[in-house]
Amino acid sequence: MIASEGIRLDDPRPLSVATRVLKGLHLDGVLLAGLIAVSVIGLFVLYSAGGQDPQLLTRQIIRIGVAFLAMILVAQVPPKLLRLWAPWMYLLGLGLLVLVLVGGDIGKGARRWLDLGVIRFQPSEIMKLAVPLMTAWYLHERPLPPRLRELAVLAALILAPTVLIARQPDLGTSLLIASSGVFVVLLAGLQLRYLISLAVIGVAGAPLLWHFMHDYQRQRVLTFLNPETDPLGSGYHIIQSKIAIGSGGVFGKGWLNGTQAQLEFLPERSTDFIFAVLGEEFGLLGLISLLIAYLWVIARALVMAVEAQDTFSRLLAGSLALTFFVYVFVNTGMVTGLLPVVGVPLPLVSYGGTSMVTLMVGFGMLMSVHSHKKLLAT
Amino acid sequence: MSRRKKSAAFSRSFRIRLGLAVAVFAVAGSALLARAVDLQVSERDFLLKQGDARHLRVVQVTAHRGQITDRRGDPLAVSTPVDSIWVNPGELIESAAEIPRLARALGRDPEAVTRRVAANAGREFLYLRRHMSPEKAEAVLGMGISGVYSLREYRRFYPAAEVAGHVVGFTDIDDEGQEGLELAYDHWLKGKNGAKRVLRDRLGRVIRDVELIREARPGHELTTSLDLRIQYLAYRELKRAVQTHRAKSATMVVLDVDTGEVLAMVNQPSYNPNDRSQLTGNRYRNRAATDIFEPGSAFKPLIVAAALESGRYQPGSVLDTSPGYLVVGAKTIEDANNLGSIPITTVLTRSSNVGASMIALSLEPAQLWGALNGMGVGQLTGVGFPGESAGVLTHYDHWRAIGQATLAYGYGVSMTALQLAQAYALFGSEGRVFPATLLAADAPRPTGRVLDPVTTRAVLAMMETVVSQKGTAPAAAIPGYRVAGKTGTARKSTAGGYADDRYIAVFAGLAPASDPRIAAVVMVDEPSAGAYYGGAVAAPVFSVVVGGALRILGIPPDDTSGARPVGTLAKAAERP
Repeated sequence: MIASEGIRLDDPRPLSVATRVLKGLHLDGVLLAGLIAVSVIGLFVLYSAGGQDPQLLTRQIIRIGVAFLAMILVAQVPPKLLRLWAPWMYLLGLGLLVLVLVGGDIGKGARRWLDLGVIRFQPSEIMKLAVPLMTAWYLHERPLPPRLRELAVLAALILAPTVLIARQPDLGTSLLIASSGVFVVLLAGLQLRYLISLAVIGVAGAPLLWHFMHDYQRQRVLTFLNPETDPLGSGYHIIQSKIAIGSGGVFGKGWLNGTQAQLEFLPERSTDFIFAVLGEEFGLLGLISLLIAYLWVIARALVMAVEAQDTFSRLLAGSLALTFFVYVFVNTGMVTGLLPVVGVPLPLVSYGGTSMVTLMVGFGMLMSVHSHKKLLAT
Repeated sequence: MSRRKKSAAFSRSFRIRLGLAVAVFAVAGSALLARAVDLQVSERDFLLKQGDARHLRVVQVTAHRGQITDRRGDPLAVSTPVDSIWVNPGELIESAAEIPRLARALGRDPEAVTRRVAANAGREFLYLRRHMSPEKAEAVLGMGISGVYSLREYRRFYPAAEVAGHVVGFTDIDDEGQEGLELAYDHWLKGKNGAKRVLRDRLGRVIRDVELIREARPGHELTTSLDLRIQYLAYRELKRAVQTHRAKSATMVVLDVDTGEVLAMVNQPSYNPNDRSQLTGNRYRNRAATDIFEPGSAFKPLIVAAALESGRYQPGSVLDTSPGYLVVGAKTIEDANNLGSIPITTVLTRSSNVGASMIALSLEPAQLWGALNGMGVGQLTGVGFPGESAGVLTHYDHWRAIGQATLAYGYGVSMTALQLAQAYALFGSEGRVFPATLLAADAPRPTGRVLDPVTTRAVLAMMETVVSQKGTAPAAAIPGYRVAGKTGTARKSTAGGYADDRYIAVFAGLAPASDPRIAAVVMVDEPSAGAYYGGAVAAPVFSVVVGGALRILGIPPDDTSGARPVGTLAKAAERP
């Protein structure tokens, strides 16, 4: 197997120990560096946002450790196996989603959690990976771009979990999962007429979506459009967040010195709105630094997607890279008031466990795809 | 080959599509960056101000009220810090489930508090509990209910309680003077609240002070003229007299004749200013300054002084009071016995109504009125006590003979106990006027002289005979000191004329008689346990209180005769 790792035996340059260890573990040094950079920045901000609670910090470090471990384990799994498991993972996720709707635990007014005795988790997390896996699996070995019949199947594959999750209700996650599937389809290639009809359906479907929205979801959209109408109610989050970021200025108020965050005016400051804490305490420079770290990760993931060898790997890697960007953008857009409030954490920075493990498993898959390349006969 | 070609073609189109996606995202990313710059550069100042508006608050720094002390620095009124719990109903209503818990911690009925908060939901400030101990208030704030705040306030505490309550007065719950000195000197005592900017968190807890905007200026201290030791003695003795004689009310004033300072001023019934349930007008009225009464025979020394000042009479002048009565118009003025020809002294010693009336009738109304007016009859004392009465002295234009005659023995004229004491003080200050004051005076200067020293010495000597065995008030005597004074036993005026069975017992006097330092008035209203003469009811109180005051002030005894056995005093007190 070692010989087929893509190492050129006649490469004149000696490999350093670190590089050899990374290669041996199927890890990508560049991506890993970016992920570590984001995590380290995140821990600094979290320490401040969490009221300088050392226990909270410890728990987050443990989570990051577990997440990185999961990434390393997944990186060892060859893409072929991932492809073989994809349908089963998808079916398992779908089953659990149905189970959640029937008898899940309620947290913050929504039925999202499943208690398996040992662990409590949201089955929607599985779907974040299962949907791109499944759609990529379906398109593998099929003529591309897909035809209408195949597109119909793909639509069903994407819509089933999306609707189930939206019913929980968890609109943010369902849209993110849908987009991860749509990315696969788009990357596989979509004829222009389908793309146009999709856009038309999207525009026409908006009122329909509005009709099916819960009141709180509609309220969020309305509040997004004009937060000042309800400054003490739904608009509070956005207004406070904008104040926190804006008052930070270019250089910030300094670490642990953000008044809005430290005095608890900023809601959800260690979870969904942690980006505002960064903005307040480290200013524009802090925001740009974190965004550069994210950009580093995304750029490397895109390169890895381009370098992938088969359709499944390419589509999966491309979708994971693009979805990661969407995660970052939806959260930062929400916190800065560009997008409506959707409960999406800032990847690798927000306090919380499950989503971080899911993300890192996704990066594990990317590394697996990238490191398990066959030598091409030249 | 074709497969690889196809793969290469797909690879190319895949890159293009990926590139398109990246382009879309680049736009999104630029929008994000633009947004961040917009917030942090363009809107920064506005948002910074908005942020400050959320966590910076200007709060009041409550200034405490000045302390009131007696002349020696013993506290009469002090301010202790307390905290009042207030809420922002609009904010509290968000966590309505917490209201019952809050109400219980405040010792209030949960339902009533819930109703009040709901009823005031549109307001931003609502007191839920005033004046809690700071520890308890701290515990309430520690419950972490948002919309609950505390305000530092000061509560007045009166260590002397009933003893000085009438003079000191009291404040209301907002620390505003309502009665007594608390009201009269409210501006002096009141502090000026300061303001400071504080950093507070979302729950309204103050994290730290940012800056002091305006310093709180505490109120000024007020040193009163009262001597708490004499005040206490007077209070105790007057209360005992009221109980013994089952009187309706009573008043005593003790003045320093050389300064006009009120050393003691007590009334019965009294009240405890620390207990607001006792605040009824009947109890908290400072009768010594607000209530007027007809002084009866205690007024005679003023008539005698006016007579001596007129030049028509000398201390040795003799009057013929036979046959023991005097007919003026339709009215007959009587003495208890026919005293015959008596010197003026005896008019006071035996309290001759006939003699006093003859003197009064012989004087020019204008001169008599002028002399009495000069002695402060019908004039405010200048003590500045809220609600002080000036008394009543009819202008001489309206005098008729009978009025002028009865005025001589203290009817048809009304005075407060304080006025009477101030008038008597003139006999001790050789006629120099020291207006009565409730504030400690450093170097008081007389505002004028209304009596000649020859007159005052003569009247003093005459009044000394009143306190002798021959006089009407041997019970006023103080062992070791010479006492000058005069009794008064006045029928109370009622709707249908003067009552037969309701009296006011008065004793007014000075000590030591050789060089008076203290003037005092005791007035007991409606003694109803048998004795009602001023000499029996009021004089013993004078003896004990003034005797105690002289010793407290370290005034050397002036009666070196030592010829007055203690036993006879007790016997004398039993005589009417």
